[in-house]
Amino acid sequence: MERLKYLGKTAFRMTALLIAVSILSFLLLEASPIDPLTACIGTDSTLSDRAKAEISSHWGLDQPPVKRFAAWAGNFIRGDWGESITYKKPVKTVIGERLKYSFALMSAAWLFSGVLGYLSGIIAAVKKGRLLDRMIKGFCLTLQSAPTFWIGLLFLSLFAVRLGWFPIGLAAPMGKAAEDVTLSDRIYHMILPAFTLSVVGIGKVTLYTRQKFIEILNEEFMLYARARGESTVQMILRHGIRNTLMPAVTVQFASFSELFGGIALAETVFSYPGIGSALTAAGLGGDVPLLLGIAICSAVFVFAGNLTANLLYIVVDPRQAVWGRHF
Amino acid sequence: MERTVSDRVFFHRLKINTRTRVMVFLCLAAVYLLGIFFWGLFMPERAFEVNYTDKLLPPGAGHLFGTDFMGRDMLLRSVKGLSVSMVIAFLAAGVGSVIALAAGVAAAVLGGRVDGFVNWCVDLCMGIPHLVLLILISFMLGRGERGVTAAVALTHWPELTRVVRSEVLGVRSSQYVLAAYKMGKSRLSVAWNHVIPHVLPVYVTGVILLFPHAIMHEASITFLGFGLPADKPAIGVILSESMKYIASGNWWLALFPGIMLLTAIMLFDAIGENLKKLWNPDNGNE
Repeated sequence: MERLKYLGKTAFRMTALLIAVSILSFLLLEASPIDPLTACIGTDSTLSDRAKAEISSHWGLDQPPVKRFAAWAGNFIRGDWGESITYKKPVKTVIGERLKYSFALMSAAWLFSGVLGYLSGIIAAVKKGRLLDRMIKGFCLTLQSAPTFWIGLLFLSLFAVRLGWFPIGLAAPMGKAAEDVTLSDRIYHMILPAFTLSVVGIGKVTLYTRQKFIEILNEEFMLYARARGESTVQMILRHGIRNTLMPAVTVQFASFSELFGGIALAETVFSYPGIGSALTAAGLGGDVPLLLGIAICSAVFVFAGNLTANLLYIVVDPRQAVWGRHF
Repeated sequence: MERTVSDRVFFHRLKINTRTRVMVFLCLAAVYLLGIFFWGLFMPERAFEVNYTDKLLPPGAGHLFGTDFMGRDMLLRSVKGLSVSMVIAFLAAGVGSVIALAAGVAAAVLGGRVDGFVNWCVDLCMGIPHLVLLILISFMLGRGERGVTAAVALTHWPELTRVVRSEVLGVRSSQYVLAAYKMGKSRLSVAWNHVIPHVLPVYVTGVILLFPHAIMHEASITFLGFGLPADKPAIGVILSESMKYIASGNWWLALFPGIMLLTAIMLFDAIGENLKKLWNPDNGNE
């Protein structure tokens, strides 16, 4: 019953949050001095003033903002997300096409940073205070402060330009017909951006795992395990991982917000045709419908991450469900 | 700051405790950062003039960081850019900290509806990826310098608000505060003698730890093209320009300005963390 109530509350919160996000985004975009008409037809257009006025009224630009928001929201719920100005396609199609690329990129980076971060966190904790621990810790602190796009630029100049191991950009070889692009082409083009993206999250997971693992290693049951004659590896496998894996996964789920910010930067560096580069293009091109669509998708994405993290808390620790105050 | 084992032995022999070590480090870091800040602030535009005879020189004696495609000195441009970023970060930290203090204290003291509202606003701001929010706000103000300053200033308060709120809440219901009330102390005296001294260190470190984030975010959205205009010597502009030349092997255009940015961010971070250590009586005198 408690859980059901919790889920209901969560669903309600999510809807409220989404409505607020869309209103907020709408207001922000509404207040912008960038004129959607100019953004669409360009500043040097030869259209007469009358034609411009006609387009404006066709788009409903002469209506009050509240009415326009209502119209947009109504259409949005019905599945009509508007027409992207930059790509001359429906917003839904643009987001759908690009989400595939970004999704592959993000999941690869997410998994990679999670696994590697967790393992190096354990190693650092076991070797606490030694050189290896100091190196891992220092490395993570540096990575946490390094801007994603700069790391991307360095990878680009080292691995793609200097060593020539990887392509310089895009998601498929240039000049190859879309149907000829093989899976290995796609993976080959994805490695460098995914690696860049995973660098963003790895510091956080590692440092978190390290701290958590050190706590666990100081527990009485670890001392007892040692007294029973368990080796370090046995201790890690039998007691350490059980106590730290779920919290680490939870932290990883809660990092969706940074992950989404990261793809905008990483995709711009590698000109990767995902949702992040669409976000930049929409913002620079004054493409309001696409910007709104992406903003809402990103909010849903972040919320899904946080929700999963919270639900995992309940699974791991049933005491949390009673409180359910983690939102 | 990270210290190697030999460092520790060295410090131990000198009988220098954590407090002294932290103070020395803080002074050095502050001197470096302020040096860059003022050097950049008072640097005339002439310093990194266009000079086509020296274009795309690799790093060397004359130009430590090399020169760009217009023959401008990269070291001077980076310093100038970093100090521009710092100005924006100062503004952002100022605005953000005031909002956070007001909202956090209001939420904790007034409680009830106000608390709920503040928490909801924090959730709302944190529910959109930070970068997307930055882009939306910058878009609202028509991009450019005003856009980036406002965007960075208006998006860095949620975390600090949470910190301030939980600190005030914690101290409000603590035994010594309740005891002070029972002894007939006024609200003002309790606030002055108990609440502020408790919350201030956390707040100040929070504000300092805002800095690195603000600098990084300014650089990020400038890099994407939403921030400072292309003719300004900002780190984000420098790095996005360098993208065009990296393919032809001019690696220094990205490497050195980025290292300067990274150093500044890490130093601000370290200053914040060390102040935390210094103000924590448990490990201040280790």
